[in-house]
Parts: sequence; structure tokens; C-alpha cells
Amino acid sequence: MRTIKWSRVAINLTVIALIVVWTVPTIGLFITSFRDKQAISNSGWWTVFTNPQGAFTLDNYQKVLFGGDGLATAFLNTLAVTIPAVVIPILIAAFAAYGFAWMDFPGRRILFITVVALLVVPLQIALIPVLKAYLAIDLNGTFLAVWLAHAGFGLALATYLLYNYISQLPKDIIESAALDGASHFTTFRRLILPLSMPALASFAIFQFLWVWNDLLVATTFLGTDQDVAVMTSRLVSMTGSRGQDWQLLTAGAFVSMIVPVMVFLALQRYFVKGLLAGSVKG
Amino acid sequence: MERADAVATPPPRGIAQVLAAGVGRILVSIFVPVVAFVVLWAGFLWLKDSGAPRIVIVLVAIVWGIGGVAMLYVVANWLTEKLPATWQGRILPFVFVGPALAILTFYLLIPAVLTAWASLFDANGQEFVGLDNYVYSFTNPEMVTAIRNNVLWLVFGTVFSTGMGLAMAVLVERSRLDRLAKTLIFLPMAISFVGASVIWRFVYSYQPEGQPQVGLLNAILGAFGLGPVSWLTGEPLNTILLIVILIWGQTGFAMVIIGAALKGVPDEMLEAGRIDGATEWQVFRRLIVPSIWPTIVTVATTIAILTLKIYDIVTAMTGGNFNTQVIATLMWKQAFTFFDAGRGAALAIILLVAVTPVIWYNLRQFRGRAI
Amino acid sequence: MQRKLAVLVGVAALVAACGGGATSAPGASGSPAAGGDLSGKTVTVGGAFVDIEATNFEAAVKPFEDATGVDVVYNGDKSFEQQLNVQVQAGNPPDVALLPQPGGMKNYASQGKLFPLPDDIIASIDANYGPGWKEVGTAADGKVYGVFHRVNLKAQVFYPKVAFEAKGYTAPTTWDELKTLMDKMAADGTPPWCIGIESGAATGWPVTDWVEEIMLRTVGADGYDKWVSGATPFTDASVKTAFQTMLDIYGNEKYVYGGPQYIVQTNFGEAPKAAFDDPLKCWLTNQGNFITAFFPEAITADLDNQVGVFTLPAIDSAIGTPAEVGGDQAVAFADRPEIWAFLKYLTTPEAGVSWQKAGGALFPYKTQDLANYSSALDKAFAQSLVDASFVRFDGSDAMPAAVGSGTFWTESVKLINGQQDIDTTLTNIAASWPK
Repeated sequence: MRTIKWSRVAINLTVIALIVVWTVPTIGLFITSFRDKQAISNSGWWTVFTNPQGAFTLDNYQKVLFGGDGLATAFLNTLAVTIPAVVIPILIAAFAAYGFAWMDFPGRRILFITVVALLVVPLQIALIPVLKAYLAIDLNGTFLAVWLAHAGFGLALATYLLYNYISQLPKDIIESAALDGASHFTTFRRLILPLSMPALASFAIFQFLWVWNDLLVATTFLGTDQDVAVMTSRLVSMTGSRGQDWQLLTAGAFVSMIVPVMVFLALQRYFVKGLLAGSVKG
Repeated sequence: MERADAVATPPPRGIAQVLAAGVGRILVSIFVPVVAFVVLWAGFLWLKDSGAPRIVIVLVAIVWGIGGVAMLYVVANWLTEKLPATWQGRILPFVFVGPALAILTFYLLIPAVLTAWASLFDANGQEFVGLDNYVYSFTNPEMVTAIRNNVLWLVFGTVFSTGMGLAMAVLVERSRLDRLAKTLIFLPMAISFVGASVIWRFVYSYQPEGQPQVGLLNAILGAFGLGPVSWLTGEPLNTILLIVILIWGQTGFAMVIIGAALKGVPDEMLEAGRIDGATEWQVFRRLIVPSIWPTIVTVATTIAILTLKIYDIVTAMTGGNFNTQVIATLMWKQAFTFFDAGRGAALAIILLVAVTPVIWYNLRQFRGRAI
Repeated sequence: MQRKLAVLVGVAALVAACGGGATSAPGASGSPAAGGDLSGKTVTVGGAFVDIEATNFEAAVKPFEDATGVDVVYNGDKSFEQQLNVQVQAGNPPDVALLPQPGGMKNYASQGKLFPLPDDIIASIDANYGPGWKEVGTAADGKVYGVFHRVNLKAQVFYPKVAFEAKGYTAPTTWDELKTLMDKMAADGTPPWCIGIESGAATGWPVTDWVEEIMLRTVGADGYDKWVSGATPFTDASVKTAFQTMLDIYGNEKYVYGGPQYIVQTNFGEAPKAAFDDPLKCWLTNQGNFITAFFPEAITADLDNQVGVFTLPAIDSAIGTPAEVGGDQAVAFADRPEIWAFLKYLTTPEAGVSWQKAGGALFPYKTQDLANYSSALDKAFAQSLVDASFVRFDGSDAMPAAVGSGTFWTESVKLINGQQDIDTTLTNIAASWPK
């Protein structure tokens, strides 16, 4: 029987083709963000290659970042929302994941299944009940409100991910620690946490991307007031009552993308390692 | 010698001292958690109401988030350790899992239950209507279309994202460009749905015939002399095209995860297969796929859940018009445009129920493990 | 361990002692009325307009802020109506909301969320407004809740003046003349109408305006009232005829630039620009007077010379050309003196002066000074508004929300997109009318 060996060239060509197809849409956006409004409505972005008429402009970025639209403020707001919203659930989820993975107690299975089952709940459901509760304690409109909301909505996935990882840690290490007289707490603190760093980092990245790109939660609990609005909110209001200012929108979209893309690029290694644990054999 | 003895043996303790020690212990046991709680609460209040510069609040929040939470656990644990062993065994697990459970109950469980309850009532939540809202949901033509669309999303979105991710993972692994490919193809996942909708507008845009095309697809058609097509207004092609956006974002995710799993497949096994005369395709189908099957399932179920809950892409690209609506967009419309709390709730519950089998299947994967 | 614990406790106590000084959030509800001194109070206002319209609004209320010391804070959001519902349900609405729909006002009033206007404000309305405005702000319980500030006049047809006159076209005064003009333009090679109905969550509203305008011109004041109140169902023959008349234009590729599939995905603010392109792609735009703000900058800089307008002509000469209007009404979600002071200001012509001068806005006060309008165009709108003997509010805004901002919009979009026929559309809309 013949073994088909794909030639190196064919493989590399296919891969290049795939890369091109995948990145072209984003490149289109990038190029468009440097064109003015007239140019955008009258010709496709690819024409800049055949017809570079100096329609290249930095105006869009300038207006978007420093103009009245205040994307600069929104950028800081997004940062302010995201970092605590990532940090707060991590520990809570880690403790819970350890508890489910390595401690025995009645109802453990049911409770764990409940936690994972909560992954199905679409978060739109939670908006109004949580909003009402927040108002009862005068919490709404504050950053704290959004942090807790994101932490709450993210805990199901966090616990699930961390559980996957922690439950796969070598049993012998944990058992020998117990034999040495370590309490659960010490085991957790000295053994589990350090060993779980990839999973924790992985979840952190996941949560970071999710919170940074979120629109709904921030709009509901923080509001759209320019002072506190996050970038996704501002982006949506930027289409403005003047119809669709696409030129501003493209620059704005790009600005909002830079940070998550950088974070992702820098940390993708951990992202994969953490998510993968528990699915890889051997 | 005597002095050493005197130091080595502690003097006998009187009743007063024993009592004092006991009371002291109790007081400390109360004092510490109370103080810890007060500190956490004070932090909470300060974070809530403070007018301090935002950066300060953010920094405090980070400290409070990590430190406060840690302190909470430390104290709870310390308290529990004071209890007799049997009690400890009972209570300690709940110290670990309790906070997560409490938060999830507040943010997800209770709202879900309230929603299920609300779905049995009318638009204003006054009159009990039983299953009427559900009957309406399944007979309403808009809803039937929404279900059809969600099925399209589920099938196409999951199959193509996972399938292409798998194929690309296998392919890319053998190429020199694997790291570049993984990075660039995974990149769209970092882009928000709002950003993605702006990007894809410039692919699907439609201008009347004879006008210069601004959208990539129509421009390509034009290069072949074909007339422009209004992509997003014709069903069901428009839903398929929206699904393409999801595939664009999720294939990279599938590819990277599966790619990492592929690395764990022992080469010797594959070589042995090849030596035995198996074709590449057979090696792929019979050796590779089965050994990474759990990963494939995990990836597929994650994407499947995403497709059932899809909302942002549809809203941003077509507003749910032109028969592109899905359950999540209808739910929003019922609840917030028509002000029908009952129907909106029913749709939410239907969505929930639809996602459940997928989660259940995923969970089954882990039954095999020592839970 | 004991020593470590002691340190921890000590630190904790210190932090607790320092962390007590919480400042309360600004903008919280104010202290009880203290006579006439309102300075330092805040009134939060929510509305659907953003950007330039928001800036103009803030300028318009500045005289009030300067005179009383009250801080009026406006928050605009394109999905305002949905956001508002969430906020009201959760108990957290703004002090004042600018509702574009009387249906919405009636909804909230019936839920008991609104506070009725006190007598002195009602007296101010009687003094400053023409007939009909108070009635539109009244809910089912007979109490007046809404104050109208900026309003718009619909059924205005705009065209590029210079090119229009160069072609020798003249503005039609009857529907038949309009049809002749349309055919002439089509024969000359350019579709007569520029239409776009996309508008995010509100996609479809321009279609409903057309249908209402046709209804007004065919069934008259009483017939229109019956239709808006639900006494005449959507399935009635008169409504079907109106839809058909609209569809005769919308569905005809010769009459509309881009045809129906272009209409449904083109934003309402973008569509008119095609009339000012070179070469122009279509001639006429039927819209509310506010559309001038969306014209290209070069055009708005020279509005009176570049843009011509005529009112959508009469279909039945006995009925003539009634004025169809729309507008945001300000309603109060809380009962505080500074809120009433603000609303009272809105009933006076002074509240419109700066915006009249800035352009792109119209005010209903019969006591206003028309000379303030910056363009001849705006002045003409205001004149016809004030002079109109028979004014009716935008139908879909006055209908119940489930229809007016629900099925009337979405079913119309399906109709234009060719997904269903007129009968199905009408049946669906009629079926959604709340019982």
C-alpha cells in the first residue's frame, strides 16, 4: 500500500492560504480605519493598493481617542473594570475546585453538577433580579457592582476549568502530604496553588478577554454615562444620531482590540496549557 | 541543674487560669472572625461609596479581592480547625466550596428560578397563565424560525469550527509555520463581537448594482462580472453567513486546543500504523482521532453552548431582522421591546433547557474520572 | 501562631478604624423642598438622542441652570427606551425621561411610575401651546404627564434645489401631480425616491411614517383617531389601501434607488445623502424636519440655497394636508421641586431659543419668536406647524408599545423585504394588539 506523504510545499502553501483568509477581514478593518468617510463609502478598502490617493488620514484615531467621544476615558474605564473582575473570582474558584476535587462530603456530586449546570444559564436572565438587589443596597452604577457581577457570572466556568485541572493532579503527592499531617488548607496553600498556576493563568486570560469585550454587563450595571462607560459601550453609541460614522467606528473598534490581542499574544501559551489539562491522555 | 528543672516543668495551673484560658480562647474565636468580617465589610463599603480617584479604588479592589478573600478563607479555616475532628470533617469542605456556591446561587441560581417562575405568568407578572407562554413560543412563526436558526447555528457552527480546527491542527503541525498559523488564526477569538461586526460589515456590505462595491464579497463577485448580492437580507443564507463569523472566531480556538492534544499522541503508535501499511487517512481516522477524542468533545461542547446562546453577532449585524432571529434575540425583544415579562422568561427557560443536554454530555466525560 | 495572629488582628483593627469614612455618591436624591432655593440640586434626564443633538439640548437648558443653580445632567443612549424599562423595573429611573412615544408614557403612567404635572405647569402649557399638545401628554386617567419640548414635523419632502430646478421640475401640490413627477424622473433615468429604513433596534420606523401620512390624507382626522386607538383594526380595507400605496413606491425598483433590498439595510440618515451626490442617485426624501442635520456638511452649511422642500401632497382635496407631528415628551419619575421647576422651564419658549438658532430643531410654542430660526427652512416648518388647523401625533408613537414600536415596525420590514404579503402583515400586526 502506498503511503501518501504530503509534500512540504503543499502543506506550507495551504497553511499560508489559510492564514491569509483568516487575517484578511481584520486587515480590511485596519486599513479602513485610516481612510476618511468619503473614501469609505465610495470605494472598497483594497483600492488603497491600486489607488493610494493620500486618502490616508490619522483623523479618525485622533477624533476617537481625544475628541468628545472620550474613548481614552473609556479605555481607562475598561481597564478599571477588567482587572479586578479577573482577580476576584480566581481565589474563590480555586478553593471551590479543590474542595470538589479532593474533599469528600455529602452532596459533593450534586453540588458540583449544579455548578456546572449553571453554565447553561444565559446571563440575560440574571440582569433584572441582580439589578433590583443592587438597588436595594444602593450598589448600582459603581465599579464594585460590575466587578461582583462579572465574578458571579464567571465563577461557574472558573470552577469548572480549575476543577478539571486540579482533579488531574497526581494523587500520590496529595496523599503523601496528608500522611505527613498537612491539613487541607496547608495542602491547598503549599501544594495545589503553585501546581495550578497554568490553570489559574488560563482562566485569568479567558476571563480577561471576556470581561474586556463584554457589552451587556457593563451597560446594565455601570451605565452609559461617558464618565464611566467602557469601550464596547462607547463603540456602540459612536454610530451616533448622525447615521453611521463608519470611519470613527473602525478606528474605535481597532483601539478596543489592541489590548486583548496583546494580552492574548503574550500569554497564549498558558491559555492552552491550562484549558487542556484533563483532556490529554498520558 | 535545679534552675533548668524549674524552667522545664511548668508550674501547676489553678482553676482561675484554666477558666481564663478557656474564656480567652472563646473571645479570640469570636473576635478574630468579627474583625475580619468588619474589615471586609468596611472594604466593601469604601469601594462602593468612595470618591477617591479611580486608580486608587482599583488598586484597593485588587488588594481586597485577593487579600480579602484570602483572609476570609484563612479565618474560616482557622475557626474550623478549632472544632473537634468530626465536625471539622463536616464543615471544612463547605468552607472551601461555600463562598463559590453562595455567589453562584445569588447571581445565577436564584435568577434562573425566578425566571422559571415568571414564565408561568402573564406580561405584567400578575395573572397565572400556566404553560400558555410556552405554547405561544412554540407556535409563533417567528419563534419557529428562531429555533430553525439556532439549529443551523448549532450544527454548522459546531461541526465546522471543530472539524476545521481538527483538520487545520493536523495540517499545521506538519508545517514550519505552525506557530505563526496558530497565533494568527487564534487571534479573532480575542476580538469582541462588536469589533467583529464592524470587520464583517466590510465583507458583506451591499451597494446597488452599478455602484462601487464596498464589501469584499461583492467586490470579488464583481471581478468575475457577477452582480452584487444583498447577502444579509436573504434567508437562510444570511444566517449561514453570520455563522461564518462565529467559525472565523472559534476555529482557532479548536485548532489550538486540539493541536496541543495532538502533541500528546505518541509518535511510535503512528509510525507503527504506517509501517503496517495504513494510509495517512487511516492513521488519522483510526489512530489519531480516537486518542484525542475527549479533547474534541470538550471543544465541540464548548462551542455548541456558545452557538445556542448566540446574541451579539445577530443583533449587531442584522438586528434580528430578515429571519435571522435566534432564541436569545427573541427573548430580549419580548422582555424589553414588547414588555412581556412572561414570554421573555419562557424563552429564557427554553434556551436553558436546550443547552442542558450539551452540558450533560460534557459532564459524562468526567464520570469516568475519580469524582 | 498566636503571635502571628495577634499581628494580623492588630492590623485588621487599624484598617477597620481608617476605612470608616465613606462618602456618599453624588447625585443621590435631594433633601426635602426648601422653599425657592434650588441651587446645588441635580436633575437627571434620560433620552435617546446622542452626540450633536445632546450637545444642543445641554445648551438649551443652560439658561435654566444659570438662573436656578440646578445641575441638569443629560444621559443619551440609542437604546434608551429599552434601558429605561430595565431601570424602571429595577427602581432606578432617571428623574426626567424624554419619551418619544405617548404609548410609553401611558404604559408607565398606568403602572403608577409617573407623577402628574402640577396645575401651574398645566396653566403654562395652556398659555404657550396650540391645541392638541396637552391631549397627547395625557394618560388614560385624564391627568397630564408630558411636557413637549423639541418636536418634529413629518411628511416633508426634501430635494436638491439647484439640480431640481435645472431639470425644470416643479413641486407637486396634489398626489396625482406627485405621481406624474415620479414617472417623469424615472423616465429621465434617475429613480425619484431615496429611502432607507434601517435604524438598529428601531428598524422600520420610516415605513410606518409613510403609512400614517397616507392614512391621514385618506381617512381624515376621525378615521385616523379610530385607527390609532385600535377601534379600526389593521385588517380594515382603508389600512390595506394605505399599505398598498406605500408598497407601490417601495416595491418598485424604478421608483426607489437600490430597490427594496437596499432600503432595508440602509440607515435612514444615510439614504438622503444619495440626493446630494454627484451624479445624484435619487431626488426626493420624505422625512421629518430633523433629517436636515444628517445631510452632508457642505449642504447644511448652505441649507436655504441647496435644499428645497414641499409638504407631501394631499390625496383627497377635502382633507387637505394635515400636520403630522412627533416629539419627545418630558415626564417625571420623581416628585421634587427642582424637577417641576425644570419641567416648567421646558414649557416656555425660552427653552428653545438656543436650539432654534443652532438649527435642526423645531418647537411647538405658539408664543415663540419665529425670527430666531437660523434658516428659512426651519422658519417655514415652524410657521406651518403653528398655523396648522389639524395636527395629529405620529400614529405608531401613540399606539401601544407592542404594536407601535413592535410589530408595526418588524412586520413592515418583512413586507418590504419580500418575506410576506400585505394581508399576512396586517393580520400579524392586528393580532399583536393588546387586548
